[in-house]
Amino acid sequence: MRPNYLFIQSSGAGPHDDFAGTLAAALAHDGARVTLLLVQNGALAARRGARAPQLDALTAAGVPVLADEFALRERGIAEVAPNIAPTGIDTLVGALASGAKALWN
Amino acid sequence: MRVLQIIEPAYRATLEEQDDTVLWFTRAIRAAGAPADVLLCGTAVNYTVRGQDAEGFQVGGWTQQHPPAIEHDLTKLIESGARVAVLAEDLAERGIAAEAMLPGVEVLSRRSLGGLCAQYQRIWKW
Amino acid sequence: MSTLTFLLMDAPYEQARTSTAFRLIDAALRRGVGVRVFAYEGAVSLPMTSQKPHANAVHGRTLEEEAHPTPHAWVGSLIELAKSKGVSFDWVNCGLCVDDRGANDVVEGVRRGSPADFWKMNLESVNTLVIPTR
Repeated sequence: MRPNYLFIQSSGAGPHDDFAGTLAAALAHDGARVTLLLVQNGALAARRGARAPQLDALTAAGVPVLADEFALRERGIAEVAPNIAPTGIDTLVGALASGAKALWN
Repeated sequence: MRVLQIIEPAYRATLEEQDDTVLWFTRAIRAAGAPADVLLCGTAVNYTVRGQDAEGFQVGGWTQQHPPAIEHDLTKLIESGARVAVLAEDLAERGIAAEAMLPGVEVLSRRSLGGLCAQYQRIWKW
Repeated sequence: MSTLTFLLMDAPYEQARTSTAFRLIDAALRRGVGVRVFAYEGAVSLPMTSQKPHANAVHGRTLEEEAHPTPHAWVGSLIELAKSKGVSFDWVNCGLCVDDRGANDVVEGVRRGSPADFWKMNLESVNTLVIPTR
């Protein structure tokens, strides 16, 4: 069974804040199932038109990118980038309960 | 159940706590039976440098008796059988050469992260 | 019943991670998942009963109108939610962190422990999430 990883990105990414993205990409490349969930200021990258090359690279590598609906609404993000899917916080509960290795960044 | 502790921020409240609290926590859970290893990345790669000296913290008439001893703590972890690894790219970014480092620290490339993570049932990023 | 363990680190009123963590724990309990919380460092202050709400002069709100959140009330609410759902809930404050911070008077049901308790919680859970501070 493919290992399953969930990355929770809570801060807005800066130029040097790419450990999680690098690790997520490395794991996806190695064949693991990887999902990225944007929460808090991490959700700022979900706005349509935001520049998020690392997210684009992850989705190109087949990594689903989700964004916490509450965080999107809190930040007035009505239009989400097409490669990002809004979701409820209980998605994270489900992933944890199913045993995904979850890393909070 | 093997555990990988990924430590990224360094020197966070280390003077107040007289410890890096995540290294301390790692030693504590190892003492409770947890087979926990450490991966240092980001600013925490500096923990592998020899010659760290936090002596002399003073506030008014108060002087610190036991400054944090990060090198000692990492060495104790290694001596206890923990694997302590550090990311090569993060060392290079900070100009840390191999000869400046503590013995026993394993240097890994970011390319090997996937394989590393696969070895652990729990991965906790701090 | 499956159980999840969460390790929290942030003190109240400092970081968005705190409210996200409570939303997550609430969601887990509502889903019928048992929850264990190990509060480390600043998070040991979350269940302190000496937290007091206040008025808000900038917004012109009285004490009652402001209804300012106090995280200890959140902890108490989670304990009640767990009981109502018939799921387990356990909150352990790291004892040395309690001593450091004088976080002694806490919500009934919160207990004092050590990292060894966290390891035990982890072994008893299907998964464990560490929510680090910065």
